[in-house]
Amino acid sequence: MNKVIERTMIVPNMHLLEIETPEIASKIKPGQFIIVRANDEGERIPLSVADWNSEKGTITIVFMEVGASTGALACLQAGDELATCVGPLGNETQIANYGTVLCIGGCYGIGSIYPVARALKEAGNQIITVLEARSSYLLYWVKKFATLSNKIFNITRDGSLGMKGHINRLTEIINSLPKPPDRIIVNGCTYLMAHASELTRELGITTLVNLNPIMIDGTGMCGVCRVTVADQRKFACVDGPEFNGHEVDWKEFLARRKAYMNEETLFFRKSAPKPAVHKEGKCQA
Amino acid sequence: MNDEKNPEKQSKIDLNRRDMPKQSPEMRSHNFNEVALGYTLEDALGEAKRCLQCKKPRCVTGCPVEIDIPGFISCIVRKDFSAGIKKIKEKNCLPAVCGRVCPQESQCESQCILKNKGAEVAIGRLERFLADWGASAGKADLPPKAKPSGKKVAIVGSGPAGITVAGDLILLGHEVTIFEALHKAGGVLVYGIPEFRLPKAIVAREVEYVKSLGVKVFTDYVVGKTRSIDELLKDFDAIFIGTGAGLPWFLDIPGENLNGVYSANEYLTRMNLMKGYLFPNSATPIKNHKKVAVVGGGNVAMDSARTALRMGADEAHIVYRRSHAELPARLEESENAEEEGVIFDMLTLPVRYIGDENGWLKEIECIKMELGEPDASGRRTPVEIPNSNFRIEMDAAICAVGNSPNPLVPSTTPGLDTTRRGTLVADQETGKTTRDCVWAGGDIVTGAATVILAMGAGRKAARSIHEYLTTGKQ
Ligand SMILES: Cc1cc2nc3c(=O)[nH]c(=O)nc-3n(C[C@H](O)[C@H](O)[C@H](O)COP(=O)(O)OP(=O)(O)OC[C@H]3O[C@@H](n4cnc5c(N)ncnc54)[C@H](O)[C@@H]3O)c2cc1C
Ligand SMILES: Cc1cc2nc3c(=O)[nH]c(=O)nc-3n(C[C@H](O)[C@H](O)[C@H](O)COP(=O)(O)OP(=O)(O)OC[C@H]3O[C@@H](n4cnc5c(N)ncnc54)[C@H](O)[C@@H]3O)c2cc1C
Ligand code: SF4
Ligand code: FES
Repeated sequence: MNKVIERTMIVPNMHLLEIETPEIASKIKPGQFIIVRANDEGERIPLSVADWNSEKGTITIVFMEVGASTGALACLQAGDELATCVGPLGNETQIANYGTVLCIGGCYGIGSIYPVARALKEAGNQIITVLEARSSYLLYWVKKFATLSNKIFNITRDGSLGMKGHINRLTEIINSLPKPPDRIIVNGCTYLMAHASELTRELGITTLVNLNPIMIDGTGMCGVCRVTVADQRKFACVDGPEFNGHEVDWKEFLARRKAYMNEETLFFRKSAPKPAVHKEGKCQA
Repeated sequence: MNDEKNPEKQSKIDLNRRDMPKQSPEMRSHNFNEVALGYTLEDALGEAKRCLQCKKPRCVTGCPVEIDIPGFISCIVRKDFSAGIKKIKEKNCLPAVCGRVCPQESQCESQCILKNKGAEVAIGRLERFLADWGASAGKADLPPKAKPSGKKVAIVGSGPAGITVAGDLILLGHEVTIFEALHKAGGVLVYGIPEFRLPKAIVAREVEYVKSLGVKVFTDYVVGKTRSIDELLKDFDAIFIGTGAGLPWFLDIPGENLNGVYSANEYLTRMNLMKGYLFPNSATPIKNHKKVAVVGGGNVAMDSARTALRMGADEAHIVYRRSHAELPARLEESENAEEEGVIFDMLTLPVRYIGDENGWLKEIECIKMELGEPDASGRRTPVEIPNSNFRIEMDAAICAVGNSPNPLVPSTTPGLDTTRRGTLVADQETGKTTRDCVWAGGDIVTGAATVILAMGAGRKAARSIHEYLTTGKQ
C-alpha cells in the first residue's frame, strides 16, 4: 500500500514523488489534495496532486523540502511505503470553458497548477501561463506547460529567464495581453497567492487561490484549517481549498500559518539538521 | 423478596462504598498515566458483597444495554471472574472502555436501590475490574463463528458503534470490512478521550480483538471521498454508517480565528491521536500555554482542561455559562478536574476574543450570567446580566461547546435523509436509514451522546442487518 514508485529532486529542494495508490488515482481531480505521513510517527501533512495515471494507479506530488515532515518525504526511495496516504480531499477546481484563463504557478504550485491548466485546456480555454521562481535553475516543467499554453511568461527574481522581478509584474503581463483574461488561478506559496490577489483585485478579474493552511485530519473534524472568506468562517479542507482570493482575509491567514513556527524550528533542528530554504510560506526560490 | 421490606437484611447492609485507588492529584496533574488505578481484588470483593441481589434489579433498567448487573456481581462474589466477564459481554462488547467512561451516576448507579442510602453499588468500577481481569488473564478463546453466509457488510467509521456492529456481524458468519478516515481505528476513543482517562492500549486491544475475529480494517479511507456509499453498495450487501459527531462548533464571536484559540477537537487530536504530549519526541507540534480557558462544561471540556494542566499550564479554567449543578460532564471527571486544580468560572460566557498585534490571543471578554426559567429540557436557561462584562487574560482558549455530525457522508449520498440538526434519519429500533441496504447508529444519529448509547445502537443495527441478510427483509 502507498508504495513509492519514484522520488527525485527535480530542482534544488523541490522533489517529485510518485505513489502507487490506485483508488486515489482513479478518483482525483485537479485542485484536490491528499494527506500523507511519511512514517508511523510522522505528522499528517497536506500536499496537492500534480499529476496522476489512473491506469497505472499512481499519483504524482511535487513538494518543497521546508521542514521535518517534507524532509522525511525527501528521504524516501522507490519501494518504500508511506504510512498514510489519504484522499482525494477537498473540492476540485471548477472546470468549464471560461474563455481565457491565466494560470500562475510558483514553487510547489508549478506542479499543482499543471493538472488545472491541462483540464481547462481540454475544456476549450485559452491558457496563459505565468511561472515564477527565484532563478532559471529553479523553474521546472516549463516544456510541459509550453505544450498546453497559448502563451507562457516566466518571471525570475534574477532575470536569468524571462522577466526579471517577481509577481508584481503580473499587472504588466495582463496589460500586454490583447484582452484581459476571464479568470485567474494561482497556486503556490502564500505570498504569491496573496500578492497576486491584491494586484488583480484592482483589475476586477476573478482570481482563485488554492489555500494551504495548517491541517490535521482534512475531513472537517479539527477546524485548524479555518480561514475567513467573505467574512465567513470556512474550513479549507472541506469548503476549499480553492477560494476567491479577493475575499480571503490574508492577514489572518498568514498569522495562522505561522502558529507553530517556533515548535517547527525546534523539531526540525532536532530531527534533521538540513538547511531549509523555504520558511513561513515564503518562497526563497 | 423485596429487600426494602426486610428489616433483618437491611440491618446487615454494608453502606461503605469502596473508593477506587487513584494517583494523587499532585502527581497525576503532571503525567499522562491513567488517573484511576482500578479496584484491588479485596476492594472488588468487598464492593460486590454489598449488592443486595435484588429480585427486580432497578440498576438493570438504568443500563442502556441491560447488562445482567446482579448476575455479574454475584460472579465476582463467587470469584468466578471468567463467568462474570462472559455475562457482561453478552450485552456489552467493550466493558474495559465502558467501565471507565460511562456516566454510571446517571445510569445504572442512579437506579440502584442503595442510592437512597447514599451508598449505591459501584457498578462501573466492578465492571472495569472484571474487564481488566479478563485482559490480564490472557487471550480468551475466540467465540464460535457461524458458517460463512457469503454476505458482505461495510462499516463506515471505527468508533464504538462501528466496532460493535463489526464484532456482532462477523460472529454471525458475514464478511465485515471497516473503513476509517483517520490513520488509527477507535473513533473518539483514540482521538478524543485522553490517555489518562482511557489508555489507548485498551482501545487498541478491542480493535485487535475484532480483527482477530476476521474483520478487515482499512484506515486512511474517507467514505464520501475515497469511495462513496453508492460505490460501496456495488461490492457490499449492506452498509452501516457510524461516522460519529465530529464537526466542531464554535461560539461565533469576534476573534475566534486568533492563534491560541482551538476547537477541543483540534487540541485533543493533536494530543491523543498525534501524541502531541510527547512533543518534541513526536512530530506533531503543540504549544505550551500558560493560562488556558476551556469554554464548555462537558466531558470534552474537562478532558481539555486537564490536558492543559498536564502540559504545564499555570492555570486551566473551565468557563461555563450555567452553574456547577448543570455541568454535563461525568461527575467523577469534574471532581477529578477540581482536585487537580482546574479553576471553575461558572455563570460566565465569552463574548469576544482579543488578540495582540501578531494575531495571538491575549484576553477574553466575558459576560456574567444568571439562571432564569427552566427550558423545555428542564434545565434553567442562563441569561446575560447587562453591563457585567469583564476581561480575563489568557493565552489560549479551547472551545468545547459541542459537535454535530460531519456532513461528508450524507452530502455525498443521495436519498439519505438528515434532520435539521444534521443527524441521519434512522429507525430507533433498527437503525435503518432512508436508503435501502444502509443502516446507521451512534452519534451520527443521536448527535453527540455516549459510548454506551453508540454501542447499544450498533447492537440493534447488527440484529436488523443480520435479519435482512438472512431473510432479505428490511
Ligand atoms: C491543501 C494544501 C496543499 C498543499 N500542497 C503542497 C504541495 O503540493 N507541495 C508542497 O510542497 N507543499 C504543499 N502544501 C504545504 C505543505 O503541507 C507544508 O509545506 C508542509 O506541511 C510543511 O511541513 P514540514 O514539517 O516539512 O515543515 P514545517 O517546518 O513543519 O512547516 C513549514 C511551514 O509549513 C506549514 N505547515 C506546517 N505544518 C503543516 C500542516 N500540518 N499542514 C499544512 N501546512 C503546514 C506552516 O505554515 C509552516 O510554517 C500544501 C498545503 C495545503 C494545506
Ligand atoms: C473528548 C471527549 C470525551 C468524551 N467522554 C465521554 C465519556 O466519558 N463517556 C461517554 O460515554 N462518552 C464520552 N464521549 C462521547 C463518546 O465518545 C461518543 O458518544 C462516542 O464515541 C460515539 O461513538 P460513534 O461510534 O458514534 O462515533 P465516533 O467515536 O465519533 O467514531 C466515528 C468514527 O468514524 C470516522 N469517520 C467519520 N467520517 C468518516 C468517513 N467519511 N469515512 C470513514 N470514517 C469516518 C471517524 O474518524 C471516527 O473514527 C466523549 C467524547 C469526546 C469528544
Ligand atoms: S446493584 Fe443495586 S439495584 Fe442492582 S441488584 Fe445490586 S443492590 Fe440491587
Ligand atoms: S484539517 Fe481538520 S478540519 Fe480541516
